[in-house]
Amino acid sequence: MNLKEIVSCIGAETLHGEDLLEKVEVEKAYASDLMSDVLAFAWPGTLLLTGLTNVQIVRTAQMMDIPAVVFVRGKRPQEEAVALAKNIGMPLLVSSMSMYETCGLLYKAGLSPCVIPAREA
Amino acid sequence: MDSRYEVEFKVRGDDFLAAGEASNQIKETLIMLGVPSPISRRASVITYEAEMNLVIHSGGGILRAIITPEKLTIEAKDQGPGIPDLDLAMREGFSTASDKVREMGFGAGMGLPNIKRNSDCLQIDSLIGKGTILTATVFFHQGEGNRG
Repeated sequence: MNLKEIVSCIGAETLHGEDLLEKVEVEKAYASDLMSDVLAFAWPGTLLLTGLTNVQIVRTAQMMDIPAVVFVRGKRPQEEAVALAKNIGMPLLVSSMSMYETCGLLYKAGLSPCVIPAREA
Repeated sequence: MDSRYEVEFKVRGDDFLAAGEASNQIKETLIMLGVPSPISRRASVITYEAEMNLVIHSGGGILRAIITPEKLTIEAKDQGPGIPDLDLAMREGFSTASDKVREMGFGAGMGLPNIKRNSDCLQIDSLIGKGTILTATVFFHQGEGNRG
């Protein structure tokens, strides 16, 4: 799925990267408000959904080769986060829906989850 | 690749705006040197978590990456409070981070376990009141270490 299809699927607003929407393809999504969980479980190339808005979200995505971020619950990323995303060419989207609803629509549209490996007890 | 390549960064404590810049520069260095992405991603998790630890817990420190044809060594050195119980700190979910840090999406007690998971070798030397030296190694070829 490319980001343009994702924007249409969840009715997202594009904060940055309008020109990249058709070029960026994602197959999986990972949703979390814990950045260390993203570092532990997100697969490279995954779309990140989060309710956090600080600059470290974009930094974490950059570290994990995550190509784009969707901010849920209508939350808007902080100025520094947008500035960093612009600097590195990372599209940022905003969904007005809850995390659950946004994820549900994307799952239904065919975005796969990141499989979490079996853990030791 | 030259036989040895070293980069070093000073990481400031509590500077959450700049946190990650050193890790990003190390990642770019690895890409520039032609290190394959699965390896550079593992390295990124190690450096970023280690850098966040320096920012959050240690009042800053030094982050260093040493790259040879065989391996990447990442060293995070600080003069912070030290880790009182290393076994506890290695457990998923254990964290001493402040509410402020948690609100930013960190401090979930995954940092050191994430570093361990992505390292072939990990050594942590910590002295209370003196500081901590974390040394993580990633081998470029499989079979040279014991990841896990």
